[in-house]
Amino acid sequence: MSSELQQAVAQPTVQSTPTASMIKTLGLVSAICGLIIVGAYQSTLEAVADNKRIATERAVFKVIPAAKSIAEFVALPAGGVQKVMRSGIQGDGAGETPAGAVKFFAAYDGNGQLAGIAAEGGAKGYADTVRIMFGYSPTCQCIVGIGVVAMRETPGIGDKILVDKDFLANFAALDAKLSAGLNALAHEVKTVKHGTKTSPWQIDAIAGATITSRAVGKAINDTAQVLLPRVLPQLETLKAK
Amino acid sequence: MTPTTTRGWDEFMEGIWKQNPTFVMILGMCPTLAVTVSAENALSMGVSTALVLIASCGLVSMMRNITPKEVRIAVYIVIIATFVTVVDYAIQAISLALYDALGAFIQLIVVNCIILGRAEAHAAKNPPLPAMINAAGMGVGFTIGLLSLGVVREILGAGTLFGVSLFGAGFQPWVIMVLPPGGFFVLGSWLLLFSWWEKRKPVKEAMDEAKQNV
Repeated sequence: MSSELQQAVAQPTVQSTPTASMIKTLGLVSAICGLIIVGAYQSTLEAVADNKRIATERAVFKVIPAAKSIAEFVALPAGGVQKVMRSGIQGDGAGETPAGAVKFFAAYDGNGQLAGIAAEGGAKGYADTVRIMFGYSPTCQCIVGIGVVAMRETPGIGDKILVDKDFLANFAALDAKLSAGLNALAHEVKTVKHGTKTSPWQIDAIAGATITSRAVGKAINDTAQVLLPRVLPQLETLKAK
Repeated sequence: MTPTTTRGWDEFMEGIWKQNPTFVMILGMCPTLAVTVSAENALSMGVSTALVLIASCGLVSMMRNITPKEVRIAVYIVIIATFVTVVDYAIQAISLALYDALGAFIQLIVVNCIILGRAEAHAAKNPPLPAMINAAGMGVGFTIGLLSLGVVREILGAGTLFGVSLFGAGFQPWVIMVLPPGGFFVLGSWLLLFSWWEKRKPVKEAMDEAKQNV
């Protein structure tokens, strides 16, 4: 090989960038993007909280059709219920929820009578948490309806829980009686494989959307197991509005 | 590849016809098939993608001189993900119902090839304003592509357009149109139509010329 050719081959034709320059650029981009994200989060925080509150209230009216007005309560871990006063300045409601307390809504019909209780449960579905609002009737001790408050399930598959008539029929009178000791549900609310439902406390899953169906069952069960034993002894307090 | 001109209008129109993301470049097929079950969802997805496109290409272009080529992909992805996050929060603040309808597909805008492709092919080599104009054209082109599917699928599959019932109660919806196979059918039909129209133009022009020379 001639010396010129050797030289040409030996010398790299592309200078590689010094590491410091790469770190500087990545650092700058991250800082700018961080600022943008935080700015967007802060400016939309209140609007998002408002939307969530409106969606929650709408869900309560949906699961308890007879409801004309609602009041928000928390069920305390030691027993007893406490009414939540809406102070309205901070978008999220008055103060923090006491640790271990479960939020629920008492719905009253046109005559001021207790029409039912609504509470929210959440469980992991196929993608992110599925939040379900369920309505409970103290007279039949059963769940009378569900509504989806939030979900990110696959459109066309998981979102069938919104419209599938057979699935929604599960919740017309879903048994949620308390056990003899009054400290838990007599039977766990459980989603079973499509077509295998035998008892009134089971939920028949949607064929092809099992994971989302199971999330609905788990969401209801997790909340009902904790909430209903605390609420049932307090029905008279709730009825007094 | 069409040489990029500096005239703003050409930049804008490039994304709508000559380099339409859906019908010519055939990019971003995942959201195209998945969210076009209704015209409203199609429009929202198109507008969201367009906003992310414009903002990302703008920022990529502003940083093009200080972005070493070794880290360019990482930089582009961070920028695109940032603006997708902003759009995510914005949609939540505007309408939770829309947010639930679009579901997981908002986050998937990050990996939409149109945006990364445009950032690398165009925004990284041009000043911010032409980059953003071109991105806007691409966004509009993509929205047109999505709408053309969304409108057809909603009319045939549900008998409504933007929620307004068109045919009354007696209409028997062609359910497959709102399912994935329907999406493929409609997309294939549009591509066929588009290609036929594109092929026809030079033939027609040659025939007109030949007629003039006779």
